[in-house]
Amino acid sequence: MMADAPDNLLVAVDVRKEFGGLVATDDIDFTIPRGSIVALIGPNGAGKTTFFNQITGVYVPTSGSIVFDGTNVVGKPPHAIVELGIGRTFQNIRLFAQMTAIENVLVGMHCRLRGGIIGSIVRTPRVRREEREVSDRARELLTYCGLPRRHEEYAATLPYGDQRRLEVARALATDPKLLLLDEPTAGMNPQETAAFTGFVRKARDDKDLTVLLIEHDMKVVMGVSERITVLEYGVKIAEGTPAEIRADERVIEAYLGRGAAA
Amino acid sequence: MNEAFQRFATRIRSERSLWLAAGLIVLALVYPFIVETLRDLPLIGDFVPQIRSMVVMLVVTMMALGLNVVVGYAGLLDLGYVAFYAAGAYAAGWLASLQFDQVTFHLGSTVSGDLPGIHLSVWLILAAAGVVTTVVGILIGLPTLRLRGDYLAIVTLGFGEIVPQFVRNADSLGGFDLTNGTFGIAPIDSLGVGDYVFRTESNAADLYYWTAIGLLLFTVFCCIRLRDSRLGRAWIAIREDETAAAAMGIPLMRTKTWSYAIGAFFGGVAGAFYASFKGGAFPADFFFNFSIFLLCMVILGGIGSIWGVLVGGMILGYLNIEGLATIGSKAQEAGLDFDPTKYQFGIYGAIIVTMMLMRPTGLIPERRHKIELAEGVHDTPLYDVQAGGSLTGREHSDDE
Repeated sequence: MMADAPDNLLVAVDVRKEFGGLVATDDIDFTIPRGSIVALIGPNGAGKTTFFNQITGVYVPTSGSIVFDGTNVVGKPPHAIVELGIGRTFQNIRLFAQMTAIENVLVGMHCRLRGGIIGSIVRTPRVRREEREVSDRARELLTYCGLPRRHEEYAATLPYGDQRRLEVARALATDPKLLLLDEPTAGMNPQETAAFTGFVRKARDDKDLTVLLIEHDMKVVMGVSERITVLEYGVKIAEGTPAEIRADERVIEAYLGRGAAA
Repeated sequence: MNEAFQRFATRIRSERSLWLAAGLIVLALVYPFIVETLRDLPLIGDFVPQIRSMVVMLVVTMMALGLNVVVGYAGLLDLGYVAFYAAGAYAAGWLASLQFDQVTFHLGSTVSGDLPGIHLSVWLILAAAGVVTTVVGILIGLPTLRLRGDYLAIVTLGFGEIVPQFVRNADSLGGFDLTNGTFGIAPIDSLGVGDYVFRTESNAADLYYWTAIGLLLFTVFCCIRLRDSRLGRAWIAIREDETAAAAMGIPLMRTKTWSYAIGAFFGGVAGAFYASFKGGAFPADFFFNFSIFLLCMVILGGIGSIWGVLVGGMILGYLNIEGLATIGSKAQEAGLDFDPTKYQFGIYGAIIVTMMLMRPTGLIPERRHKIELAEGVHDTPLYDVQAGGSLTGREHSDDE
């Protein structure tokens, strides 16, 4: 275990989540090597998003442990987990629709800022400086994520592709070590998807990120990820490099049915 | 180019509203000098509010602004705001009256030094009431703010009932008279400095009026600054999408509790001031109706909009204290047997229904809400909640 610690950013052991009689994730063991891009795939209803939600504290696992960067995150509230360094996007976009693009990013920075109530009312020099700095940083981040303009526009009025970019920008604003992307390319056309794949790799290198993504688009999965974990009915059925997964019979069976594997 | 133009337009607009604000403030400050002239005008003269009415209108508007922090910014429906008004009024009662005649303690008071009871300067009490009410807000908030939406509203409704019932019955807590029961605490000391006691001056109402203007401006200032701060952004984010806000690192409980505490603070200060103006804290004032009345102001003016709540508060405050009665007496003069004060809550209800149908974002909508009307809102499915109920949520619709 100790030998693993420096290499793995996240170690999940026997993570189990039951909803009534339904076992959504069945004792999943899972590790994410630091600096890697890992994909979590599986047919619909396999428990991928449930697993995500357990890492981010939306759900508390029924049993098992999730250790992130040396800290057990099980039972911690979502905001504390963000503070530790896990940022996420949502499968169906969940921006703050009535806030501008830049405000969305500023909300993401919330836990890294210090401005308090009295300071905000009096607007002390410290608070003023902080606000100026984060506003600059937010603009940089938006530009970095492919939104060089329209910073003052409300999230609800942005086109779909920009909303996806804004979600990523907002997640990066939390200054994460681990970035969780839940179906980031859903609804994108092939060009956008290709651009996004490149972006993920670049962001990983620029910002020393580790990335875990849920994805249905096999081209993205095979193209970007270094390791793949496959879930089916809440059970981990395969794990390995893209080449290994491509050749795995159980995976083919899970995706295409028994006949295809034979 | 376009951006530069936009920035220019924004500056013009903000400067214009700055001038407008300055003009209104000046007008408000000189109002006591012109009110008599205005009241002598033919036809409309009788509808011009008297100074005493203006004080009450300003106080309730200040409370509405406090409620707006909770309801408008953080999106927490609070139906028990009257509890904070009561807390502020009783804080003033305890600290500036004959209530606790077991002790005699004076600090900057305006009454004669040998009177028993605690008598602090009412200026100090405004601050003290704010602090006390903030604590009450936090105490009420901690257990209730775990709830969402309707459930929160129901619990706040409960607290709004508990507090007035408590003060009505706390005249013998183990033999100790805390609130003087249904009689309330009176008299409460007047505002003033040394021998200059507002209540005994010939222009007492004017002095209270200017103080109320000052308090209201302070409230507006704080509301604007908070809205544009890190905390304000967090409130709006929670209002927009609680789950996403938590996932972006906003501590839900702490942030919501702060909105409650700050809303309570203004309610408490306003309540203490009002108690000093009226000369007492009377339990009959703290009814559920009053919470709804304040909520109506927020809705009428525009939820989340400071300007809107100012306008909504002044309009409903006016109708309540003077307007309806004036309309009634005019109707009597014209030979109609119609007294609108009898139907006051029916009338407020009708106003709300009309507003909701015709202009749901209020008279002066919050900037953000305009977008909602113009663009429509994404009705995002609560996907985590769905997945919590069953795993056959949205994931299936993505089938390749």
